[in-house]
Amino acid sequence: MNTLIATTALGVFCLLFEIFNLRKAIVPITIVGLIAILGLNISEFGMQASYYNNMVVVDKFSTAYSSLFIVLTIFLVALAHNFYENHQSKLSDFIAIKVFLLAGCLAMVSFGNLAMFFLGIEILSISLYVLAASNRMNLKSNEAGMKYFLMGSFASGIILFGICLIYGAIGSFDMRTIQEAAMSADVEEWFYIGVILLSIGLLFKIAAVPFHFWAPDVYEGSPSLTTATMSTLAKVTAMATFFKLASAMTGNLPSTSQTVIVVVAMLSMTIGNIMALRQVNVKRMLAFSGISHAGFMLMTLLNISVAAGSLLYYTSAYALAGIAAFSVILYVCKNQNNEDIANFHGLGKTNPLLAAILTASLLSMAGIPIFAGFFAKLVLFNQTIQAGYLALVIVAVVNSIISVGYYFKLILAMYTKEPNETREGRPFLIYAVAIIAILLNILLGIFPSYVLNLL
Amino acid sequence: MDISYLLILLLVGSLATYFSGDKLASKVALLFSVASFGLSLYFLNLFSIGENLDFFSVWITQPNINFALKVDGLALAMVLLTSSLTSLIIYSSFGNEFKNAKSIYSLILFMSFAMVGTFLASDGLLYYIFWELSLIPIYFIALIWGNGDAEERKKAVVKFFIYTFAGSLFMLVAFVYLYQKSGSLSLESLYNVDLSYNEQIWIFSAFFLAYAIKIPIIPFHTWQANVYQKAPSVGTMLLSGIMLKMGLYSVIRWQLPIAPFAAKYFIYILIGFGIAGVIYGSIVAIRQKDLKKLLAYSSLAHVGLIAAGIYTLTLDGLRGAVLQMIAHGFVVVGLFFTAEIIFRRYETRTISEMGGIRIQSPKFTSLFLILVLASVALPSTFNFVGEFTVLYSLSQINVWFAILGGTTIILGAYYMLKMFQNVMLGETNSKVFKDVNVSETITLVIIVGVLFFFGFYPKPINDLITPSLENILNIIKK
Repeated sequence: MNTLIATTALGVFCLLFEIFNLRKAIVPITIVGLIAILGLNISEFGMQASYYNNMVVVDKFSTAYSSLFIVLTIFLVALAHNFYENHQSKLSDFIAIKVFLLAGCLAMVSFGNLAMFFLGIEILSISLYVLAASNRMNLKSNEAGMKYFLMGSFASGIILFGICLIYGAIGSFDMRTIQEAAMSADVEEWFYIGVILLSIGLLFKIAAVPFHFWAPDVYEGSPSLTTATMSTLAKVTAMATFFKLASAMTGNLPSTSQTVIVVVAMLSMTIGNIMALRQVNVKRMLAFSGISHAGFMLMTLLNISVAAGSLLYYTSAYALAGIAAFSVILYVCKNQNNEDIANFHGLGKTNPLLAAILTASLLSMAGIPIFAGFFAKLVLFNQTIQAGYLALVIVAVVNSIISVGYYFKLILAMYTKEPNETREGRPFLIYAVAIIAILLNILLGIFPSYVLNLL
Repeated sequence: MDISYLLILLLVGSLATYFSGDKLASKVALLFSVASFGLSLYFLNLFSIGENLDFFSVWITQPNINFALKVDGLALAMVLLTSSLTSLIIYSSFGNEFKNAKSIYSLILFMSFAMVGTFLASDGLLYYIFWELSLIPIYFIALIWGNGDAEERKKAVVKFFIYTFAGSLFMLVAFVYLYQKSGSLSLESLYNVDLSYNEQIWIFSAFFLAYAIKIPIIPFHTWQANVYQKAPSVGTMLLSGIMLKMGLYSVIRWQLPIAPFAAKYFIYILIGFGIAGVIYGSIVAIRQKDLKKLLAYSSLAHVGLIAAGIYTLTLDGLRGAVLQMIAHGFVVVGLFFTAEIIFRRYETRTISEMGGIRIQSPKFTSLFLILVLASVALPSTFNFVGEFTVLYSLSQINVWFAILGGTTIILGAYYMLKMFQNVMLGETNSKVFKDVNVSETITLVIIVGVLFFFGFYPKPINDLITPSLENILNIIKK
């Protein structure tokens, strides 16, 4: 709770900076503030508390994920310094929106009441709509914002409808009451309809097949930094929330209902990967890759009682690799009008360090050992086989092989093609974010126990 | 003192090489590889007086994965092979000028690190990690420093990567499944895990996919010749000399003892695959116009025979296979090095453009001839010992296997000697062949020396590997 309040306060401060003309200092101050909030949040780890009539519940799950979200936000804010260089007058707005977005994320993992959950998801979504359309002179950005808004508000509507049905069945928005009712045998049928609608809305947010159609267009059209936010922070948040809701509500569902998850996971992986093979735009490619990763993350729902730690690990590995990759993309495509693979030609020669970082993050996403992505997949496979879904694991393995195809397309472009332009300058913050993110990823890979055993 | 120091030395060596800069890189790399060879000799000495060199440290508690290294004669023999060949390969590359030398030498040492780890690991997942890690350096070595047209090279190397990665992922699934069964991936618990008949067949097949691609066994060999041809010489030597031995070693260490029933069930098919590789490789080798491709196909034939020897599940078969693995490692590195020596002077790998070297450089010709003869298993060379033992074990299973496998010697003699004739003899080439320099001579002489020494006196290696092979056979027979 303290984390949430502090974050909101920081967001308000960011807006005030503009008035006091402290624009130059906004990025460092926000980062320092976020680090302080991170410390505050970690200090609460292990405590169990609920606030305001159980509106916000703080437990291990919420603090662990909150820490991850804050770390990701720190990276995203740091990248903003360089990204909005030419939009100085709006810098404080963008930073403030990012901090508010974090507040939405925090609410989404620490809700104790469906009303709070809905507030969180709306804060997150509305911030993202604004950020997606934030490059207002650009047609594509406008299109992305519009598309995302229309589709996203539709999904929000479905979620709201689901919440209403759940309320109708149980008579409460409170998660504890819902969990108890869901466990008991005599729950009204429309409770399940509500759960299904809620799931549809969240599947939309994590961009799983068949609710993924918005993702490639929106990822491509949005400013790169917004794409980074969507594909790391927003996706991870939605998945964590989905996990939290599912573990509370599916207690009494017959095990056959998991077939739906299996099918959605298989489809997401396969369609995401196959579509990614044909992309020439890196952001679009990462959108499809994100769809396939959503499929992998959904596998955690099949063994829900033990999977909290492995989901945290998977999301951390994925998000850190994503941040590292996007910071390189931001650097490479800074003054380009698209993000085609052609821009990456010869990066291995002109900038070996960043090329190595991008390579490492792609290898992590592909699941090659010593990077965290490998252990994430390993633990996931282990748990899924434990739950008895060998076929799903084999589909996942085949998909991992396919994914090598497009990740390596980018690596090949960096190392085998001749560079076609030189880039000036070495923006400190981009380098710092890329290096720290990939180092964290490798550290997670070398010492997986620390995160796996956290929850 | 335990074996983990060897791994640390190689890893530190890899980093030190990278930071020593382009000029010093090759020398630093050589220093570290020779040091690692010395250290493995020291460990051999400790091992022979019965000291326990195993290393164990808890790594991941949930799932239960440990950093466990186990030393026995077989593993030590492979580690010695790796460290000695790495030193030779690095020394042999002194005549080459590499762009960005610090990276390539650092990658070579890193690969050596990963391969040594693969040979020593006694925890399934640790083994898998080393196995995969060795793939990344060779991918970049072949991709960046390779020769020929960039587009074609890219295709060949990516195909290689996807093939091997696909194979090993199925091995990973097998490991995860085994973990469910036994609750631990340590070698002992995997050897004792109780698997039903069907499970064994599935697990055996998953392992087979990984190893058959790596070794390579027909029909999973299609990546091989192109990659051998396109990779730089150091890469080809690493691949053919050491990396494919990882596959063969893993068959002995992991595949057979974990799923022995499946191995017995498929015995004829597996030997058949191996023998098919022998015949196919030899016949295709006859038609090759490119020297490196010819050597690649001859290598395919030889490893086919080694694989057949392993799958006989007899002590002779395993022993012959391991001896032949070591012998083949030295011969193939020597042969690819001669191809490189010729390329340095003639800038071609096409056999028809060579010839007339004998008159200009008799010393090189004699060394080359010895390597060619060793490769076709002439008695008194190391390869004869290995190949003969393997053929003998095949004859125990079925005499026709031995006869068909024996064609490797006849066909091998045919294409290798024909190649020798076209490359070395014949009328004088218009191009001048500068005589081999000191470092090239030293490398070749060391290889030839090793081949002769163990050809006459294979007992030390035999004594080293036999106890561990007997242990493994006991588990298979159980």
